[in-house]
Amino acid sequence: MQAKKRYLILLSAGTCLVLLFYFGGVQLPSSGRNRHDRSHNGYRPDQPWPHFSDPLQQFLLWDQPDTEEYNIHISPRQKRDVNTSVYKGKRCRMDSCFDFSACKRNDFKVYVYPQQKGEKISESYQNILSIVEGSRFYTTDPGQACLFILSLDTLDRDSLSPQYVHNLKTKVQNLHLWNNGRNHLIFNLYSGTWPDYTEDLGFDIGQAMLAKASISTEIFRPNFDVSIPLFSKEHPRTGGDRGYLKYNSIPPFRKYMLVFKGKRYLTGIGSDTRNALYHVHNQEDVVLLTTCKHGKDWQKHKDARCEKDNAEYDKYDYREMLHNSTFCLVPRGRRLGSFRFLEALQAACVPVMLSNGWELPFSEIINWNTAAVIGDERLLLQIPSTVRSIHQDKILALRQQTQFLWEAYFSSVEKIVLTTLEIIQDRVLQQESRSTLMWNSHPGGLFALPQYSAHLGDFPFYYATLGEYSSQSTNRSHVFMCHPCSHPPGLPIPAHPQAAGVCCQITIIVLWNCDKPLPAKHRWPATSVPVIVIEGENKVMSSRFLPYETIVTDAVLSLDEDTVLSTTEVDFAFTVWQSFPERLVGYPARSHFWDSNKERWGYTSKWTNDYSMVLTGAAIYHRYYHFLYTNFLPASLKGMVDQLANCEDILMNFLVSAVTKLPPIKVTQKKQYKETMMGQSSRASRWADPDHFAQRQTCMNKFANWFGGMPLVHSQMRLDPVLFKDQVSILRKKYRDIERL
Amino acid sequence: MCASGKYSSRGPALIPRMKTKHRIYYITLFSVVLLGLIATGMFQFWPHSIESTADWSLDRRSVHDAPLVQLPVSNPIPERGDLSCRMHTCFDVYRCGYNPKNRIKVYIYPLQRFVDEGGVPISSTGLSREYNDLLSAISDSEFYTDDVTRACLFVPSIDVLNQNSLRIRETAQALAMLPRWDKGMNHLLFNMLPGGPPDYNTALDVPRDRALLAGGGFSTWTYRQGYDVSIPVYSPLSADVELPERQPGPRRYFILSSQTAIHREYRAELERLKEENGEALLLLDKCSNLSQGVASARKRCYKGQVFDYPLILQESSFCVVLRGARLGQATLSDVLQAGCVPVILADSYILPFSEVLDWKRASVVIPEEKLPEMYTILKSIPHRQVEEMQRQARWFWDAYFSSMKAIGMTTLQIINDRIYPYAARTYEQWNNPPVVKWSSVNSPLFLPLIPPRSPGFTAVVLTYDRIESLFRVITEISKVPSLAKLLVVWNNQNKSPPEGEKKFKCPECTAIDGLSLDQTHMVERSECINKFASVFGTMPLKVVEHRADPVLYKDDFPEKLKSFPNIGSL
Repeated sequence: MQAKKRYLILLSAGTCLVLLFYFGGVQLPSSGRNRHDRSHNGYRPDQPWPHFSDPLQQFLLWDQPDTEEYNIHISPRQKRDVNTSVYKGKRCRMDSCFDFSACKRNDFKVYVYPQQKGEKISESYQNILSIVEGSRFYTTDPGQACLFILSLDTLDRDSLSPQYVHNLKTKVQNLHLWNNGRNHLIFNLYSGTWPDYTEDLGFDIGQAMLAKASISTEIFRPNFDVSIPLFSKEHPRTGGDRGYLKYNSIPPFRKYMLVFKGKRYLTGIGSDTRNALYHVHNQEDVVLLTTCKHGKDWQKHKDARCEKDNAEYDKYDYREMLHNSTFCLVPRGRRLGSFRFLEALQAACVPVMLSNGWELPFSEIINWNTAAVIGDERLLLQIPSTVRSIHQDKILALRQQTQFLWEAYFSSVEKIVLTTLEIIQDRVLQQESRSTLMWNSHPGGLFALPQYSAHLGDFPFYYATLGEYSSQSTNRSHVFMCHPCSHPPGLPIPAHPQAAGVCCQITIIVLWNCDKPLPAKHRWPATSVPVIVIEGENKVMSSRFLPYETIVTDAVLSLDEDTVLSTTEVDFAFTVWQSFPERLVGYPARSHFWDSNKERWGYTSKWTNDYSMVLTGAAIYHRYYHFLYTNFLPASLKGMVDQLANCEDILMNFLVSAVTKLPPIKVTQKKQYKETMMGQSSRASRWADPDHFAQRQTCMNKFANWFGGMPLVHSQMRLDPVLFKDQVSILRKKYRDIERL
Repeated sequence: MCASGKYSSRGPALIPRMKTKHRIYYITLFSVVLLGLIATGMFQFWPHSIESTADWSLDRRSVHDAPLVQLPVSNPIPERGDLSCRMHTCFDVYRCGYNPKNRIKVYIYPLQRFVDEGGVPISSTGLSREYNDLLSAISDSEFYTDDVTRACLFVPSIDVLNQNSLRIRETAQALAMLPRWDKGMNHLLFNMLPGGPPDYNTALDVPRDRALLAGGGFSTWTYRQGYDVSIPVYSPLSADVELPERQPGPRRYFILSSQTAIHREYRAELERLKEENGEALLLLDKCSNLSQGVASARKRCYKGQVFDYPLILQESSFCVVLRGARLGQATLSDVLQAGCVPVILADSYILPFSEVLDWKRASVVIPEEKLPEMYTILKSIPHRQVEEMQRQARWFWDAYFSSMKAIGMTTLQIINDRIYPYAARTYEQWNNPPVVKWSSVNSPLFLPLIPPRSPGFTAVVLTYDRIESLFRVITEISKVPSLAKLLVVWNNQNKSPPEGEKKFKCPECTAIDGLSLDQTHMVERSECINKFASVFGTMPLKVVEHRADPVLYKDDFPEKLKSFPNIGSL
């Protein structure tokens, strides 16, 4: 009894104490630190910033903007003038150091100074100049030019280098178009020299823009300079090797997690990071190797680690490591950028940047977080745990993005130079510039021309990224090409499109490309859709692919006058195209092959098991390719096509495959059509010409040369209607006419 | 008596004894409670009564109770901001450290009232409503820490949103007095209205050492790319006015100008445009007949006609946002809220959050010089793009402009992305409005790759118990040149399977398709489809009418020359 009560009372006392702790906030010694902080700040942890009960004033008074005497003081025009006069040199921006009036609207032309006798120019710079001269931006008239490029080699400004051009200062000042560097673009790969490697070019660049490798954020003038990648003398001029990624492996991990192999500088600028790498090296999946063996007297300066490092260094093969690692370390060297960067990018080894203050290549347009890991030299020791924490999905995405960026902007000197020019053009044209999305997604900024449309949905590339946009792609236009002139076109196509089950906007455009007069009105067949006749101005082949304003639909069906296609065939091809809007969808197909005897590309029209081209005498494709054909391809190729009156379809196939990296699509067709296409039906057909075929071989090689490689891709697939030639009742087949002979 | 006395002495005696015992217990209990209460009181109030001059209690929630700090005239002033500052030079990354959540910790200084030696406060407004909202939002967020030793970023409670209300020198002194100031390292200041007459600097004039500046109105010359954060000028109307989201589409007016403080040169230009293009343009100004005050901020006039602001913004496709004395304009926020496409004319202006937002998709930026060409430039934009931009504009406002909280969180997220770049938010996350996020497809294998034959493919065969059929499948598949590996998944749990349901090779079935299949089987599969579609929230399957065949499939061509001659022959 006693004990029971005692316990009861003890219990109630305990309860009271607990209640006290709970309500009264009696503090246990363990929470004393917490309490102390709190009393010091006057906050409770769950409500750290107090909710004030007093009425607080607004930060902006209603009438503040009105009462400020902006209107009374200097006019905006004056203000602009003040800016342009104040912000020069290191503070140059497009607003203050660039003359926009020199660039006429929609016309971005680049002038290259003529090369002077006796001036030696390095091969790399020679490449840059010839690329500009071969580009669509080139002009020989300085009066038309928006941008000027020197013929004096400014690539290597390391005064100890054999390539160093002396007396550049006076040479530049003597140029009569120099105008203190206004609207000039200066390419530079190396600047400064041992021991401090300052980024000084050794001459006054005035108001010129810099396209410079290894540029630091300190001297980089945002939206004025362009950071370009460091590339070697051996970097291909055009085309360039594709990325090494051939297929995606899942899970994406490779043999090594993180690798590096390179020189180590024992002392001086930029040596710290590479000197510390051995801390992270673990000989297993993190292999970071350095060597002291470089330079004449490395033995003199070597430290205690050198022997060991050098031995370890020789054990591994760089190529093997590069191709078998998930991440590649790109630490700074003497300068901020290094060759390791492009090497890693091409090898689909995700670069891990350790180069504080480096303005990454084309940082203005490329979102590097999607293709590289940007580390901090100060946090070197955290790098392994950082890269290990990156999720598999992310690695897969990073790796693919390295390949996209490599092929879009870095694989050749041409791409680097053109990207530089396009970036500047985007700044100049302003309204017609690319969005970040266009630069950072397939097919990349060089193939996506902003002059075509400000609307992303008008391009064939962004449907997936932006969700459903394809509403308008149910429309199509037909462009007929009448060449050569024989008889009025038969217009065999969709007399009754509605009956065929496709509800769409159809316009027929006839391009009358022959010297004969147009047939009389009554001779044209009656159609339920509008027919627009355009008389070709120059009567040339390329006018087939002009971006006619009358083409308002996304889909274009291109036909020759002698093409025989049934409504069903067209309807089916159109439904196929809707699934593949970025590709060429056609009927008769052709193929290319490498002729090892003649060491050149061959063209074949034989019936084979694969194909890489479809003829544009009967093909559906996106109208953007008209714009691209006309505005992207150089005059030399288009001129060749016009002169030969041949190969325009091959060129279109080259172009589309270069953009998509994919083959065209062949759809099924009726038998008799093939004979028609082969040219038996019309006497005057160009297909009958024996030279015709030889010309096409020549074209292929010429085009491959300009593209810097063979963009065509083979396919073994033909798309047929689902029940095509299946043993089911013909009545159940939607596209039954295709099977009928 | 004795007995009774005994009895009574035993009986009642027992009770008082018990009572005494009780009493003792109760006394003990009460004294414990009392002691506890006293102790609580001591803990709660005692230290405060000592420190109350220096500290202030949370129970009295008024800004006037914040401790008063007097600034001696001779106090040091920080250096002016260093223009070459970047994250790797002026920011101490060690404070942020490695953490599995990849999130920075932000500390807010407790509120203090700074006065000079004469007792005059350093700011005419003190803590503003907006800055208070901002700090509350930060303290409620996951970024917040109350542990100053663990903080990566420090936010002073000194309100510098509007430079107009600040005494520059004293504010700078106050900043330097902050206990963790350390040359402004890792400190973040929020300022929306920088500069002052006559030249209106585009960044806060308060000297601030290495502090990061989240500023509204940076020009390309004052903005330290990758270090500062460009933020919008918050519009007080955001909180007061509710504008319903309007479907993108054509509007009554083509261009609308609603700002009241437009330089007369620009107003003249606008008038000229109006003359040329008539009704398509609406040029609004202050209402002269209305009394000054808050109400006048909600009205605009054109030739005596009164319009409600910002409602009228919803009636136009494009809305002009011209620079005023400053580059950053609160009008931008109103315009975005209305889903009107901003036409920004402010040379060298760094657009809000330009580090992460793709303004090309939501606005039109025109050089001031080209104001006369504005109409032509805007006319050349395709309708569908205008609609896109309208949608995008409203989305930007919802996500990044609508409140001080949105602005504060976006700023912190941007800084967070710089410190943990490998965990940064993606372009799509920042820029795609929800409607696009739902409908877009981002294939994990996005690179157009045609895999080579060499690695081939892995065949996975799900098997139950039809051994014969399985062997037939294996024999057939193993002949395929590209096969790299064959994986058999044995799925039999000792249950005898139903006889007669054939899955492989049923030549007689082809002609009549699956119609011969068990009816319940089809019903089950239909149910599956409905269930899956409801879980996905939509029907992800798409119908196509094509089928892939080999190039020469069923062509009149010698079979032996075909790559895949046997297809279709069952």
